Amino acid sequence: MSATTAVPLRGESPARRAVRRFLRHRLAVFGLLVILLFVLAAVAAPLLAPADPLATSWSAIRKAPSAAHWFGTDENGRDVLSRVLFGARASLLAGVVSVLVALLVGVPVGLLAGLAGGWTDTIVSRIADAMLSVPFLILAIALAAFLGPALENAMLAIAITASPVFVRLARGMAMEARATDWAEAARALGNPPWRLGLVHVLPNIVPPLLVQATLAIAEAIIAEASLSFLGLGQQPPAPSWGSMLNAAQRFLTGAPWLAIFPGLAIFLVVLAFNLVGDGLRDALDPRSDRG
Amino acid sequence: MRPPVLEVIGLTVEFATDRGPLRAVDGVSFRVGAGETLAVVGESGCGKSVTSLAIMGLLPPGTRLGGAVRLLGEELLGQPGRAWQGRRGRDLAMIFQEPMTSLNPAFTAGEQVAEALRLHEGLAPRAAMDRAVEMLARVRIPEAARRARQYPHQLSGGMRQRVMIAMALACRPRLLIADEPTTALDVTVQAQILALLDELKRETGTAVVLITHDLGVVADHADRVAVMYAGRIAETAPADTLFARPEHPYTVGLLGAVPAIEGGAGRLASIEGTVPDLRRPPPGCRFAPRCPFAGRDCEAQPPLAEVGAGHAAACWRAPLDRMLAA
Repeated sequence: MSATTAVPLRGESPARRAVRRFLRHRLAVFGLLVILLFVLAAVAAPLLAPADPLATSWSAIRKAPSAAHWFGTDENGRDVLSRVLFGARASLLAGVVSVLVALLVGVPVGLLAGLAGGWTDTIVSRIADAMLSVPFLILAIALAAFLGPALENAMLAIAITASPVFVRLARGMAMEARATDWAEAARALGNPPWRLGLVHVLPNIVPPLLVQATLAIAEAIIAEASLSFLGLGQQPPAPSWGSMLNAAQRFLTGAPWLAIFPGLAIFLVVLAFNLVGDGLRDALDPRSDRG
Repeated sequence: MRPPVLEVIGLTVEFATDRGPLRAVDGVSFRVGAGETLAVVGESGCGKSVTSLAIMGLLPPGTRLGGAVRLLGEELLGQPGRAWQGRRGRDLAMIFQEPMTSLNPAFTAGEQVAEALRLHEGLAPRAAMDRAVEMLARVRIPEAARRARQYPHQLSGGMRQRVMIAMALACRPRLLIADEPTTALDVTVQAQILALLDELKRETGTAVVLITHDLGVVADHADRVAVMYAGRIAETAPADTLFARPEHPYTVGLLGAVPAIEGGAGRLASIEGTVPDLRRPPPGCRFAPRCPFAGRDCEAQPPLAEVGAGHAAACWRAPLDRMLAA
């Protein structure tokens, strides 16, 4: 076994090794840069935006991109670039917050089901299966419509819809971990069940959860855009990529820039999160031997 | 008289299976004193590992246990899981067969040894880590401070088993169960690990139950031996006596199956037949179907009867020499 001789003598933690592997993945690093760029745009939108995203102007309605308005203006004379920059806030916030909530709900429930087994597992699994049997967007739309149109409600609807994936993933990983020799050894050392789950099992299932969460953010951003497009997310006049697309559809032939720029933003962010997710999967794959 | 560290009396373990109950351990009794090593020997499936898990309280819920398991005179069976949990790692410790997979891949060697101390002695992380490094040095890991910061995947099998031993002994347990601790290791490393266990046992006075199927290991490292067959103890004796005068036909068969260096290239003796299905055990002596000396009387279960000083065998034919002379 060459692995034993090639072992580096300095203690390299699994996390540090994953970072090193990730940085070798060019597309993933590109994706990360794109995400950072959008995060910067969202955070610094008030500084970067050339105009107030809500300020209307009767003299500049549906103007094509120009030096004054790089991305053109919309049907109310608002600056599209400013609206795309501020719209990044809604999209990123919705993506990240809804996935975080889904993790906070799904992972503990999945861990409990996987470690406790029995009736707890049966009930939790059936509920998760039932939710997964409904297409993602349909369920999100139904929940958002039920909760009422608002960005917060859209985020909550997406979080609820995304959580069963994490329940299932955490449950499966926990069941696998429960049967390992190291879990048995941890029990033999006197670990109470809750400590076994939180201290021993959880760190071992973080890598797949991280990959899944990254991909779920991409999905959640699309879901937020879809809900806003349907009028169930961000409410006008506040900018959101999805609601901008909705408004743009009436002017697709006359003023295509209204659709192109928010659409491009969605495309880039979603692509970036997917690239990062793929990179993470490769970097965290325990079966991969590439140093 | 002080009670022995571990006293097992008439232990039974029954699993519920799809095809009816399976009694994996059926009336096993033994005792181990401080600083003593009891080897439990037998083939795979004879119940030796199940016995050790029963003592640790690590069998899955729903397993039916009977008899008594006493640690320093205190009954463990029937105690709530919580009480048992507090004893695991502190009074009772266990080393497993597979050092390659028995360490948590997400933590350093030092963290895993320190965990026992944090759980049972309430040490702060810093102090626990210092003690962990001391423990790693005691199990003869060179450059313990540096090794303590390494992850399991960076350690060899022998090194990992040393870490497991350090974890098990960190809180100076009264009883250590070593379940085939060297089966997965290279022969040279095996000898080192067993010598280390002997040494630590002498230093700490821990009672050791050594589960093994390797009679060579028994001869070198055990004070007493219990030979198990199909969930029962077939014979128990001081190690020297067992090798000099085995009284159970199964023990005789086991000893015959050990290759001897001076034995030449002849065929190894083997025991005919297979281990019985424990869902439908044979009546009486469970070894009877494979025993060359079996007769009608073997259809009744033979008691574990004294045949010499500290030497007992569960066989109607014991002592064997008397029968062979007749």
